[in-house]
Amino acid sequence: MADFKLIGQNYSTPDLVAKVTGRAKYAEDFRAEGMVFCKLLLSPFPHARVTGIDASEALAMPGVEGILTADDLPPKENRYDEQPLTNEPVYEGEPILALAAVDETTAAEAIERIRVSYEPLPFVVDPLESLRPGSPNGREDGNAYIGRDITTIKWPAEVFDQAAEGTLPMGEELGEQWAYGDVDAALAAADLVYDETVVIQSTSHQPLETRSAMAYWQNGRLYLHGSTQSVVRTLQTIANSCGITPEEVVLIGEYCGGGFGSKIPGSIQMAIPALLSRKINKPVMMRVTRMEENYFGKARAGFQARTKIGFRRDGRITALDMFIVQDNGPYNRQGDFLSAGRCASLGYQPENMRFRGVSVITNTPPRTSQRAPGGLQYVMMLAPYLARAAKELGVDQAELHKINAPEGQAAYGAPDPEQRRVTSAFVKEAIDLGLEKFRWQERRARSGQRNGTKVTGVGMAVSTFVGGSSGFDGLLVIRPDGVVQIQSGIGNLGTHSVFDMPRAALEALDTPFEQAEIVWGNTAKHLPWTCVSAGSQTTHAMTRANWAAGLDAKRKLQEIAATDLGGSPDDYQVSNGRVFRVGNTGGGLTFAQAAERAIALGGRYDGHELPADINAMTTASAQALAGQGLMGVAKDNFPIEGDLYSYVAGFAEVQVDVETGHYELIDYLPVTDCGIVVNPRGLAAQIHGGGIQGIGSVRSQKWVYDQQWGLPVAKRFYHNKPPTILDVPIAQEMDWGAVNLPDPQTPIGARGIGEPPIGAGAGALLAAIVDAVGDAYLRRMPVTPDNILTAIESVPAGAAGAISAHV
Amino acid sequence: MAEAGTEVREGTSRRSFIKGVVATGAAVSSANYLFRNRGTVVAQPGAAGAVERLVTLNINGQSRRVDVMPQETLAMTLRYKLGLTGTKIGCDRAECGACTVLIDDVPHYSCSVLTHTVRGRQVVTIEGLEAADGTLHPVQQAVVDEQAFQCAFCMPGFVMASVGYLKTHPNPTRAELAHGISGNLCRCADYNKILNTMMRAAEYMRRA
Repeated sequence: MADFKLIGQNYSTPDLVAKVTGRAKYAEDFRAEGMVFCKLLLSPFPHARVTGIDASEALAMPGVEGILTADDLPPKENRYDEQPLTNEPVYEGEPILALAAVDETTAAEAIERIRVSYEPLPFVVDPLESLRPGSPNGREDGNAYIGRDITTIKWPAEVFDQAAEGTLPMGEELGEQWAYGDVDAALAAADLVYDETVVIQSTSHQPLETRSAMAYWQNGRLYLHGSTQSVVRTLQTIANSCGITPEEVVLIGEYCGGGFGSKIPGSIQMAIPALLSRKINKPVMMRVTRMEENYFGKARAGFQARTKIGFRRDGRITALDMFIVQDNGPYNRQGDFLSAGRCASLGYQPENMRFRGVSVITNTPPRTSQRAPGGLQYVMMLAPYLARAAKELGVDQAELHKINAPEGQAAYGAPDPEQRRVTSAFVKEAIDLGLEKFRWQERRARSGQRNGTKVTGVGMAVSTFVGGSSGFDGLLVIRPDGVVQIQSGIGNLGTHSVFDMPRAALEALDTPFEQAEIVWGNTAKHLPWTCVSAGSQTTHAMTRANWAAGLDAKRKLQEIAATDLGGSPDDYQVSNGRVFRVGNTGGGLTFAQAAERAIALGGRYDGHELPADINAMTTASAQALAGQGLMGVAKDNFPIEGDLYSYVAGFAEVQVDVETGHYELIDYLPVTDCGIVVNPRGLAAQIHGGGIQGIGSVRSQKWVYDQQWGLPVAKRFYHNKPPTILDVPIAQEMDWGAVNLPDPQTPIGARGIGEPPIGAGAGALLAAIVDAVGDAYLRRMPVTPDNILTAIESVPAGAAGAISAHV
Repeated sequence: MAEAGTEVREGTSRRSFIKGVVATGAAVSSANYLFRNRGTVVAQPGAAGAVERLVTLNINGQSRRVDVMPQETLAMTLRYKLGLTGTKIGCDRAECGACTVLIDDVPHYSCSVLTHTVRGRQVVTIEGLEAADGTLHPVQQAVVDEQAFQCAFCMPGFVMASVGYLKTHPNPTRAELAHGISGNLCRCADYNKILNTMMRAAEYMRRA
C-alpha cells in the first residue's frame, strides 16, 4: 500500500463557491427561450381505470399549448413497471396527464377544466389486509411478488384467527425463503429466546430538491436538465422512458439536491417535460411541488415482521428466525426484505438462521431503494434485542456485539456450494475504537441514573451494508497546457464523490489537485462508463477505475520519456506534474511537454488507439477527446474475490423523561470500517448525516393513511417529520472515527460508505432507549413519547399497538 | 427577450418603459414565465387587482422595477422575474426554509412573503452577500473553510438564516445557534457540520 498524498486528505471541492454564492444551477434554475410550463393531473383514487379524458375546454383556453397522456408514451418494457403517466393509477397522486401552457397559472387553471372519468377499482393500503382470504388485491395482476412475477397469495383465515393480538400471522405461502443450520433446534437449546412482532414504517425519501425537470429538443436531440444522483447512468433511463436511444439524449445534471436512492437514474417523471416538449415543440419546465414529491418521489418499503432470536449465556446469537411481510408499494419488486436477511446474517453471524418473507402490493406511493434498503430495517428490528439480552444476561453491550461481529472474510447469507464471503471486515476494531472515543466505561457508569424525571441510557449498535462494485472505466487527458483533465461521470449528489474519486488518478500520477480540472455533470462532455451513484458503489468502483486510468497515463509518460531521453520506462518516475529519471527531479519532461509529444506520437498515446475492453460509452468519449493530449484510459481489471460490505458501529447516550416520554439524544458517535479513508470531512458528513437520518426514522418519521378510503393524510414535512437541527446533539460537537485499515482486495483500499451509517444511528438510539427504560413495547416505529410511556407502564403485550401499516 | 412570442395586449408601452429604465442586471427577462399579462384567463376579469402592477424593490442594494401580481410571492419574483435562482424553493409552504432571505436584516421565508409587501424594504438574497470584489461574506467563507453541506440545496437558506441570526446574536452558544437556525431543514442531515460551520462563521463575523 502506497503512502498517499491526496487520498485521506481534506480539500476544497471545486463546486463549493458556486454553491455558496447561489451560482450553482439545479434543474429548476435553468431557462430556455420560449419556455412554457406544465402541470400534472393526479389520480384522486388509490386504484382506478381511466375511462375517458375530455380536455376540449382546457385545450381551447388561450395560452394552453397541449397535453400529454399515457397514450402518448412509448410501450412499456415490463407490464408491472411504473410509467410517467398512466391510465390505471395504482395510488392516490399518480400522474394521469400533463398539460403545458404559457405560464403555470394558466396550466393549473386548464387542468381544473379537464374532465377525467374513472372506474374505481379495489385497493389496499395494509399488506396484511391483502393476505386475508377474500381481501382486495392492489393490482389486477395480483397482490404479491413471487420472484419477478406478480401472483395472488391469500393465507387461510385460521392463520389470522390463531395469531395472538399484536402478533404477526405467519402463513405458509411466501415469496422467498432460505435457511442454514437448524433454527428450531437452536431456539429450543438457547439460554435466552425472544419472539416479537415489529412494525417498521414506510418513509418517503423527501430530498429537499423535488424532481423538477426542464427539457427541450434541438436538432433531433433531447436536452434534459434534471435532478439525478448519477449522470452517465441516467441516460439509458431517459432514453427508455422516451422511446429513443441514449445517443439522442444530452443530460445536464451538475447539481442534485439530494436523492437518498429516489433519483438513482433520475426519475421516470423526467420523461413528462421531455415528451411534452417534443409534442408542442417548445421547451417545457415541470416544477414538481412538495405535495407531488410526496406522492411520486418514492419511499422506503415498510415491514411487518416477526423475529425469533436465541442467545447463548455469553451473548452469542445461536439462532435467528426472520419472517417479514414487506410493503412493496404498487410497482417493481423491492429487495429490502431480502437484503435485510443477508445483512442480518453478515452483521450478527448467527449460527443458525432462517429467512422467510413475502412482498405484498399496496396502493401507496411507489417504493424504491432508500439509503440502505433493508439495511436500516434489519437493525431497527434486531438492535433492541441485543441491548435487552445484554441487560438480561449481564453481558456488556459492546462485548455482546463483538462476540457476534463478522471478522475477516466472513461468510453470510444462504449456503450455496460457493459460500458467500466478504472481502474483509474490521468490525471489532471499529467497536474498540468507538469504546475509547466514546469513553464507553465512563458513560456506562451513568446508565440508569435518574436525575429528576430523566433517566440516562447508553447503547450501541453495528450496521452493515454493501460497499462497492467493480469493472468500470477511467478516462483522463493530460493537456498541452499541463492540466490533467479528468472525466468524471459520477453524479454530484452531495457525497463529493464526483471530485473525490478522480483524485485516485492524480494519486497514481503523484500530482497535486491544483493541476487538475474535473469535467462533470453533462453527458455531452465525453464521460466514461461509470457505476450508478448509489448503492455505496462509487468509492470502491471509481477509485479503482481512476487509479487504472492514472496508471495507464503514468506508463505512457514513462514510455515517452524513455523514447525521448533514453533508458527504459522503468528508469523514470512521475511526480508533481513531471516525468523524470528516478532521483533527478530537475530533468525530464513536464506534463505539458509530454502531452505535446503524445499528440505527435499519436496511436495509443493520444487516444487514437484504445483498449479493446473498455465500455462502448468510454470508447465514444475517448474518440471524441483523442488528439487533445496524452490520454489515460483503462478499465478496472484489478482482481477481486468476495462481496463488498462496509460497517459502522454507532454509540449513543440518551436522556428519557419518564414523566412525558420525551427523549433527548445527548451524544452520538459513529465509527466506520470502510477501508481506507478517502476524504475525511466527506466521510464524517456521511456517517453523521446517515446516522441522523436513521435516528429520524426512530424518532419521528411516518405516514398516516385513511384505511377506509386509501388516502394519505400525512403529505408534508410537518406531517412526516424528518429530523431537524434540534433532533441532533447540540450542546457539543459530535465526534466520529474510522478504522482506516485498507480492504486488501482493492488497490486504494477504500470501500463505499453512503449506506451503512443509517442503521447504526437508528440501532444505537434504540439500544440506548432500551438501556434506559427497557424495550418491552418499542416495537412500533417510530418510537414516540406515547410508545415510551407504554413501555414504562408495562401494559400487556397487546397494547403495543396495532400491527397495521400506516396508522 | 422573454416577450418574444407573447402577444402583449395591454402594457406594451409600459414594458418598453421598463426596458428603458432597467439598464443593468438580469432585469425582467423572465417576466412572463409565470403570469401572463393578458388580463384574460389568468387574471379572471373583474377580480380586483388581478393584473400585474409595476413596483420598485430594493434587492441586494439595487433598485429593481418589476411587474408583480397581487398574489405573487417574493420567492417567485426573485427566481422567475429577477433571475436570482440562488434562492431555492423546497416546499413553497414555510416548512423547510430553503427560500430564506433577509428583509431589513431579518430572515424570512420568501415563499410566504407577498412581493408587493416588501416595497421600500431592503431584501438581501444569497447572491447579495459577496462583495463586489468577490470577497465572500464571513458566513460564506466559513462554509468554504469547513467544506460544509452535502447536496447544498438547503445551503442558501441556511446561510441567510445564519447571517440574520448572527447579526443580532454575535456570540451564541452552540445550542443557542441551533435554536436560532432551527427553521431550516437539511435532508442530508448534515447538522453537525452546519453547526461547526456557523460557530466558525460567528467567530469570523466578530473579527470582521
